[in-house]
Amino acid sequence: MKKVCAAFLGLMILLMYLPILILAVYSFTDSANIGAIHGFSLQNYVTLFTKPELREMIVGTLFLAFLSAMISTLLGTLGAMGVFYSKRFGNIVVGALNQVPVVNAEVVTAFSLCVLLIGVCGVDKSSFISLLIGHVVLESPFVYLSVVPKLKQMDNSLYEAALDLGASPAMALRRVILPQIFPGVISGFALAVTLSLDDYFITSYTKPATFDTISTYVVNATRGSQTNIKTALWALSTIIFVVVIVVVAMMNMAEKNKNN
Amino acid sequence: MGKIRFSRAQLCIPYGLFLVCFVFAPLVVIIYYAFTNGQGQFTLENLTSFFSSPNTIGTLAYSFGIAVVTTGVCLLLAYPVAYILARSSYRHKSVILMIFVMPMWINFTLRITALKEVLTIIEGNLSFHPFLNTVIGMTYDFLPFMILPIYTTLIKLDGSLLEAAADLGADALQTFLKVTLPLSVPGIISGIVMVFLPSMTNYVVLDMLYNSTYIMGSLIGAYFSAYDWHNGSMIALILLVIILLFTLFTNRYSDSDAGSRGGVFGA
Repeated sequence: MKKVCAAFLGLMILLMYLPILILAVYSFTDSANIGAIHGFSLQNYVTLFTKPELREMIVGTLFLAFLSAMISTLLGTLGAMGVFYSKRFGNIVVGALNQVPVVNAEVVTAFSLCVLLIGVCGVDKSSFISLLIGHVVLESPFVYLSVVPKLKQMDNSLYEAALDLGASPAMALRRVILPQIFPGVISGFALAVTLSLDDYFITSYTKPATFDTISTYVVNATRGSQTNIKTALWALSTIIFVVVIVVVAMMNMAEKNKNN
Repeated sequence: MGKIRFSRAQLCIPYGLFLVCFVFAPLVVIIYYAFTNGQGQFTLENLTSFFSSPNTIGTLAYSFGIAVVTTGVCLLLAYPVAYILARSSYRHKSVILMIFVMPMWINFTLRITALKEVLTIIEGNLSFHPFLNTVIGMTYDFLPFMILPIYTTLIKLDGSLLEAAADLGADALQTFLKVTLPLSVPGIISGIVMVFLPSMTNYVVLDMLYNSTYIMGSLIGAYFSAYDWHNGSMIALILLVIILLFTLFTNRYSDSDAGSRGGVFGA
C-alpha cells in the first residue's frame, strides 16, 4: 500500500513537471518543434539575452513587479496595522473592501478598474499609471492578509511598555511592532512579487500598447509565427524554472536554520 | 522636530482611501454602466440582451460546465495527494509539498505553452477536443491551488480522533468517511473557491491552447475591445453576482485561514 501511495505521488509530480522538463530539454537544441531529434545548441539563450525586445520585456516585468510590490507592501502593512487598532469603521470598511479583489475574478477587477480609470477619469494608458494602480490593487490585499495574522499573534503589552519607558508612539511602532510583524511583511512582499509576475488579466487591460510583461508577451507570441521567438521563450521558461527551484531551496534552508 | 500626534488607527487611512478609489469606485461605475445606455439613460436592455442572446447564455452555460468539471477533476486528483502526504511518515513532507505547489510560481502562460507543445505531439490539432483540452489545461494550471488548502486542513487533523475511531471499532474506510472527510471539508471548500471561479473566467488557457474565446472572460474582453462598456459592464456585473453568491455560500464552511494562495509563504 505504501508503495502504491508513493508511486501515485511520483506519477503526479511527473505529470506536473513533464511539460516543463521536455521544454527545458528542447530549449538546448536548434529544433523549432518538440518531438524531433536535433543537435545541441545554445542559440535560444543567445536570442533571449541579445534581442532588445525580449530583454526590455523581461526587465520591464521585473521592474513592474518590484515597484508595485513595494507600494503594495507599504499600503497593505499600514492598512493592516491601522485596521488592527481601529474600532468600527476601519475594521468593517477596509476589511470588507480588502476581500473584494481577493475573491473577485481578475477579469472583472481589470475591466472595472479600466472603465473607471480610462472611461470615467480619462487616464492615458501609455502613462503606466493605470498599469501600476492595477498591480497594486491585485497585490496589496494579499499583503494585508499576510500581515493580519502576525498582528493577532503579537504581544500587545510590549507596545504599552515601550510607551511607559518613554518611547514616542512612532518610535514604538518602528522598534517594537514592526520587528514582530516583519515575517508577515516579508512573506506579503514575496507573494506580491509572484502575483505581479504571474498576472495576465490586469496587465493586458491596463498596460500601454507598446509595453509587454512576460505573460502578455507569451500570449501574443503563441499567436505569432516567429519560431525563433517561440523557442527563445522555451529558454526563458527554463531559466524561470531554475530560479524558482533555487529560491524555494533557499527558503527551505533558511527555515531549517531558523528551527535549529 | 515638530511631533505630530496620531492614533494608530489612522495608519489605515492611506490604504482605506486607496481601496475606496480603486476597488469600491470601479464597482459603482460598472453598476452604473450596466444599467445605462450610450446616452446615459437608465435601461434594462443590457440585462435582457444578455439573457435573450443564445451566444451569451451558451457561453455562460459552457463556462459553468468547464468550471464544474475542472473543479471535480482537480478535487479527485488533489485529495489523494494531500491525504497521502499529510498522513505519511515521510521525513521531508514540507519539501514534497513544496514540489507540488512550486508550479504556482512559474508564470502560467509559460506553463500552458509547455503543455500545449506536449498535447500537440499527442493529439495533433487541439481544437478537435476543445472541452477535454480546456479541462486538461485548467487542471494543469490550478491543481496546486487545490492541493495546498486540503493538505493544510489534513495536517492539522488531530490524530487521536482517528485512533479513537479505530478503538471504537471503525474500519479504515469508516474512519475516513465519518471522521477524516467531514473534518477536511473547510480545506475542500477553500480549494473549490480557488479553482472554480478562475476556471470559469480564465480565457487565456483556451485562447493559448486552440484560439477559442468561448468562455465568460472573453465576452468581457470582446466588449472591452469594441468599447461597448455598457454590455461589458453588465457581464462583469453578472459575474460579480455569481461570485458574491458563491462566496456567501462557501464562507459558511470555509477555513478562516488567510488566503490559501499565500499559505506557503506563511512563516
